[in-house]
Amino acid sequence: MPEHNTGADWINVDFISVTMKNKKKTPTFEETAKAYLSNTQLRRNIGHATHTIREKRETVVGEMPDWEILREAGSQLKKRVMRHLDDYLLQLEASVQEAGGKVHWAGDAEEANRIIADLVKEQQAEEVVKVKSITTDEIGLNQALAGEGIRALETDLAELIVQLAEDEPSHILVPAIHKNRSEIRELFRKKLNQQELSDRPEDLAEAARLYLRKKFLNAKVGISGANFAVADTGTVAVVESEGNGRMCTTLPETLITVMGIEKIIPRWRDFEVFMQLLPRSSTAERMNPYNSFWTGVTEGDGPREFHLVLLDNGRTNVLADEVGRQTLNCIRCSACLNVCPVYERTGGHAYNSVYPGPIGAILTPQLRGLDDEGAASLPYASTLCGACYEVCPVKINIPEVLVHLRGKIVDRKKREGGLKTKTDPEHVGMRWMGRAFTKRSRYERAQKIARLGQKIFVRDGTISNLPGELSGWTAMRDLKPIPKQTFREWWGDRDE
Amino acid sequence: MQISLFITCFNDTLFPETGKAMVQLLERLGHQVDFPLEQTCCGQMHYNTGYQEETIPLVRRFVEVFGEAEAVVAPSASCVGMVREFYSKVAERAGDPELANAVEEVIPRVFELSEFLVKELGIEDVGAYYPHRVTYHPTCHSLRVLHVGDAPLILLRNVRGIDLVELPAAEQCCGFGGTFAVKNADTSMAMLGDKIRHIKGTGAEVCAAADNSCLMHIGGALKRQRSGVEPVHLAEILASTEETE
Repeated sequence: MPEHNTGADWINVDFISVTMKNKKKTPTFEETAKAYLSNTQLRRNIGHATHTIREKRETVVGEMPDWEILREAGSQLKKRVMRHLDDYLLQLEASVQEAGGKVHWAGDAEEANRIIADLVKEQQAEEVVKVKSITTDEIGLNQALAGEGIRALETDLAELIVQLAEDEPSHILVPAIHKNRSEIRELFRKKLNQQELSDRPEDLAEAARLYLRKKFLNAKVGISGANFAVADTGTVAVVESEGNGRMCTTLPETLITVMGIEKIIPRWRDFEVFMQLLPRSSTAERMNPYNSFWTGVTEGDGPREFHLVLLDNGRTNVLADEVGRQTLNCIRCSACLNVCPVYERTGGHAYNSVYPGPIGAILTPQLRGLDDEGAASLPYASTLCGACYEVCPVKINIPEVLVHLRGKIVDRKKREGGLKTKTDPEHVGMRWMGRAFTKRSRYERAQKIARLGQKIFVRDGTISNLPGELSGWTAMRDLKPIPKQTFREWWGDRDE
Repeated sequence: MQISLFITCFNDTLFPETGKAMVQLLERLGHQVDFPLEQTCCGQMHYNTGYQEETIPLVRRFVEVFGEAEAVVAPSASCVGMVREFYSKVAERAGDPELANAVEEVIPRVFELSEFLVKELGIEDVGAYYPHRVTYHPTCHSLRVLHVGDAPLILLRNVRGIDLVELPAAEQCCGFGGTFAVKNADTSMAMLGDKIRHIKGTGAEVCAAADNSCLMHIGGALKRQRSGVEPVHLAEILASTEETE
């Protein structure tokens, strides 16, 4: 192993702005990716994990003859939800209340955290157990609760690992994908006081199980996210692999569920579509091991109180954008992460968001807004190779949205104007070439100028060193010089 | 058939040999090739980088230049992908229904070389001769935007003298991505590194593809590493005969 720290502690993750409302400047993707690319352990862990899930997914999707029809159905259902989101939300509120639950509306992260903290305090609880939920990571719930003297304990094995390591999740589905088992053993040895622990997955799981079981039995309040909520029945669903979610949603007397407003599905029968799409796309399973559904409260069974917190936090802005809107179709399966050639190399932390990978590259900038420089760098963190769109179970055309967002970023730059934009080499180059391409004579002149201009860089028939922005190319690649004759010049000679 | 060559600005300026090969190949197959000199650029680079307003005059230009053509064929899956995927969106942005109609009208007649030969003309053997060990990299836009499938491989398999070797993890992006290669040079290089490793592993002397843009990126690293592997556009292999070799 090379002589450097492994794991994620080695990089400062303090800068990750968790609350979307908090307009902290985040670093750009290119700045952060550079550091992660040179972490050999991370490259190996993530490369191995994504390839494994990728192949498994291909197998279980391949055995479905109607996969494309299911994808289309999923996409259409979600599109309908987005078109009538206002109606569906009110319908959901009514049906949850009718089933004995309470509904709370949160405009942003701060409001959601306030609502949840007050609910927990009402129960006089100092510790809450949590089901894995990215939405609560998005709003920075754990930190907010800590500020109120409430300890939020993650019970998903991977989330627990991340929490114990004081790290940040790096994958939507597999938050600790960047850690291997020997790293986890070291962590458990230190934090769970398990000196004799081996690095066998069974032993690691058992250590976590012993630790968590006591917590489940004593918790007064459980907090969960939601995979789906059914508008016409008020049913909330969480799918998971470990059973800790089932514990959190059934053992405590009070259950609080935080859910982005886009997670609605219209009817119970729509599960037919999503319960096939989600497990095969995410964990590459035919069915999730644990599928929990609850509708309000039930006398003598499960929690006495159920609260549903409906979170906007930027989602209505996404909804307002006709091209960007499809981003809200996402069911958080993470198939796009696993197949992405960029994510595979940089890992999730490079995206500086709880939503990494291709979906994060379109969701984060829309939720945070494009004036956040880090968020605005994400739509460029893609080669537009299209692998993400191909696997998306709800057919989000991620490359289309990426390009759309790039357009918005440039339009914004142009509106702002100023010296920075005017002297930006990309901006100058694009403007100049844009002009050249609009007229044949200008284009042909530009070809000649480029051919002449390159002369100072050509050595032995190749360009190996370019200045400024273009040095990114020649740092690692040679560049072929422009040949003596363009094709059109050859064509002209041929005609004569 | 009368075929209008859509050379693309990139090939016109940097890879004239590919253009010449297109002409030789299509003429050898008995077609008339014309090259409308008014053509410039399809606008892909501007559009994908976010300079979408600048793309509008280029789309107008394209439909003016190629609007009457019987078939428009290009040696670039990426540029054809731009026309097919995004031209209607540009027309929509321009708020010009006439342009939108013109775009809709021209799109079904614009083809990438391999799909044109195999799917449009139904030709699988172009009578080429190329006695070299070749591996083929299917570019992302040929695979996932144009869905050319194995059209390029069908053509290559029928080339006489060729020693065609399969490229492992072929469908993985090479890391070019237009301005991505410069903006995110480090990530781009991490992706290219794996591609190069796979190419070298095949023992091929030539790496072929349907896009010179990806090949310039791949070739740039192959050359820097003095790997002894040459990037060659698909058209140039298909144009080769016993006489030219």
